[in-house]
Amino acid sequence: MDFIITKYHYWFYVSLMMVGLYAMIVKKNFVKKLVGMNIFQTSIILFFVSSATKIHATIPIIQETEGIINPAHYMNPLPHVLMLTAIVVMVSSFGVALALLIMIYKKYKTLDEDEILDIMRNKQ
Amino acid sequence: MIRRFKNVVIETVCRLMTPFLQLFGLYVIAHGHYSPGGGFQGGCILGSSFILMAISYDIDFAKKYMSEIKATVYACLGVIIYGGIGMVCLLIGANYLDYGILHTILPVDLARARAMGILGIEIGVGITVMAVMVSIYLNLVSGGRHVEEKVE
Amino acid sequence: MIVLEHAAILVVVIPLLVSFFNVIIGLWKKNLCYPMTVLTLGFCLILTVNIIVSVIEIGTFSYRLGGWTPPWGIEYVIDHLNAYIAIIVSFISFIFAIYSRKSIEKEISSEKIPYFYTLYLLLAAGLLGITLTGDLFNIFVFLEITSLSAYALIAIGDENAPLASFNYLIMGTIGACFYLLGVGYLYISTGSLNIADLAGLLPGLYHSKTIIAAFGFFIVGIAVKIAFFPFHIWLPDAYTHAPSAVSAFVASTMTKVGAYVMIRIMYTVFEPRFSTDILPITAILGWIAAAAIIFGSILALAQKDIKRILSYIIIAEVGYIVMGVSIANKSGFTGAVLHIMNDALMMACLFSVAGAIIYRTGSRDIYTFGGLGRKMPFTMAALFVSAVSIAGLPPTAGFFSKWYLLLGTIYEKKWIFAGSLIFSSLVNAVIFFRILEIVYFKKHPQTGLIKEVPMSMLIPILITAGGILITGFYSGDIISSIIRFAVPREF
Repeated sequence: MDFIITKYHYWFYVSLMMVGLYAMIVKKNFVKKLVGMNIFQTSIILFFVSSATKIHATIPIIQETEGIINPAHYMNPLPHVLMLTAIVVMVSSFGVALALLIMIYKKYKTLDEDEILDIMRNKQ
Repeated sequence: MIRRFKNVVIETVCRLMTPFLQLFGLYVIAHGHYSPGGGFQGGCILGSSFILMAISYDIDFAKKYMSEIKATVYACLGVIIYGGIGMVCLLIGANYLDYGILHTILPVDLARARAMGILGIEIGVGITVMAVMVSIYLNLVSGGRHVEEKVE
Repeated sequence: MIVLEHAAILVVVIPLLVSFFNVIIGLWKKNLCYPMTVLTLGFCLILTVNIIVSVIEIGTFSYRLGGWTPPWGIEYVIDHLNAYIAIIVSFISFIFAIYSRKSIEKEISSEKIPYFYTLYLLLAAGLLGITLTGDLFNIFVFLEITSLSAYALIAIGDENAPLASFNYLIMGTIGACFYLLGVGYLYISTGSLNIADLAGLLPGLYHSKTIIAAFGFFIVGIAVKIAFFPFHIWLPDAYTHAPSAVSAFVASTMTKVGAYVMIRIMYTVFEPRFSTDILPITAILGWIAAAAIIFGSILALAQKDIKRILSYIIIAEVGYIVMGVSIANKSGFTGAVLHIMNDALMMACLFSVAGAIIYRTGSRDIYTFGGLGRKMPFTMAALFVSAVSIAGLPPTAGFFSKWYLLLGTIYEKKWIFAGSLIFSSLVNAVIFFRILEIVYFKKHPQTGLIKEVPMSMLIPILITAGGILITGFYSGDIISSIIRFAVPREF
């Protein structure tokens, strides 16, 4: 029980990841699969950002009047910066995927996986 | 089919909000290396000001201010500013993106030169992100057609 | 000279900057895009030749980005394995930039051509960035640049291409996310992202569950990206429906660079004894690689579409490389690294021949290839050379890499792996001799106006076929001067 209570945030990220993976595998509509992929990537970003916090720490901005600084009082800014890059990657892959969906819709007039497979099978 | 829904309240309020949005976006870019903010965040806010115009008025109205060709050219200009600052550092003699060497050509000291270099890079990133946000929106909303929609 | 000092970073930055200049110049004058692309990639080829000559003379060297000392800054570390793969990638990107002009004019509408060259340069910059960098998160960023350009380039092919590219996008993004999770676990445990620094910090932590989970995520993420056996589903559709120049370039380079990342993680970031003794992943990878080889070869036998046959052969070739990596002795590793170069050249030659046939006849079905031996003699000669190389006959390059792989499996007494290698060579011989029989001995169904392909497409085909023969003859020199220093010390 202690195992679940002290690490509750990791359970939260893993359950978000599994929700995203479930949506990608099970849902038939392409847009829902894409939203599942987005949830999956968001959970990874949450996991990284949460690894930057420290107990009783403040934001990593130094005021000019400080003398010698103790790093234990400031949060770690590096995972935040890495996740800025990951968010940009997430947004651009989402944009490319939506543009691809527009091309698919123009051709097949539907975005449902089963109907598209039927159309492809009937064409051959 | 994109219908223009004329409503005086929406149009006036959004038109008044846009300069404040853009000023706030520039503020976020400029304070990026000293407080929360930076190129990507400020660029998103700047892009959203154009998208607000497209939502509240009409897509043609927004295209008058930022057409698709202009958005593409701005996106490339932003990356060229970023890479250009790095190449200037390389040509002067230090490694790529080593802003410290800029103190030999700008009339500032070493620490200030690093801050100026980072600010220049954030500006490049902000311009690119603004252009890409507007370009994604215009592409998706027009259904990939990129033609003038008739207003009903 | 200033160019040669900074060669390591210029190889990556110059295609990146020129690709954005390309958009602006393409909006002004469309005809300037092709010469600019070819000149840029030629310049990168000269720089990578300079890099590999420097590495052979002075050994490993590194370049600090921004002047920051590692591990606080990003550094580009060039050693023998890096330089070897960088020169392969830049050579192939230069060759296909020349090839792409006539081939793309027929397949894409003319206002999209400047954007095609932009994406092509971005893809080349991303691949060179993955190869040369020494920082794990930098590999993720360049991996995503490469993959996004590939998704967009594949989607402008024929009518089924957007759906194939969408499948590739979903699976590729999951692979990259798993890689990012692995990087995150390593960062939480050690606090560093630099490859050389991690190699020093990790040996004390091999008992920790976080590190074992990180290793698992890395292997699965990279396996999705290189289309290793259970995760290969996106590859046949994506490479079949893409434009010819794109599928040739992407097929020769992307899976090989992914295999390079796997070698880096298994043998540089983690020590070889982690993969063989502590977490015996090499045994599992070896069996899955044997399954990939057998499965890929048998499925290739069942296809009628030439590009689909070649795509299933790529799945088998990736199986060869991973089997060589997982055998974990000196000749197996040498065979795997040599096979990276040979497979890149063979796939470049085969896909460019397929593109030439599609350019002239418009059909991909192999039963309509009759009579082409007489009408397109040089192209079919290149097909013959690369078919002999895939079947593994001397003196072509394919024989030497298969020889080292077989030696490696025999030293470890793994007879089933050796049997799968021989079985796959026989099946490849059957596939290609069937195609060669149709090409040389059957008549053409219609007497159309089929001539040899234009010069700008023929020269890359002949250069790659000549490359297969030349690297076959000089395999010994290549191994003794480059690959011998890339093998880990413990083997």
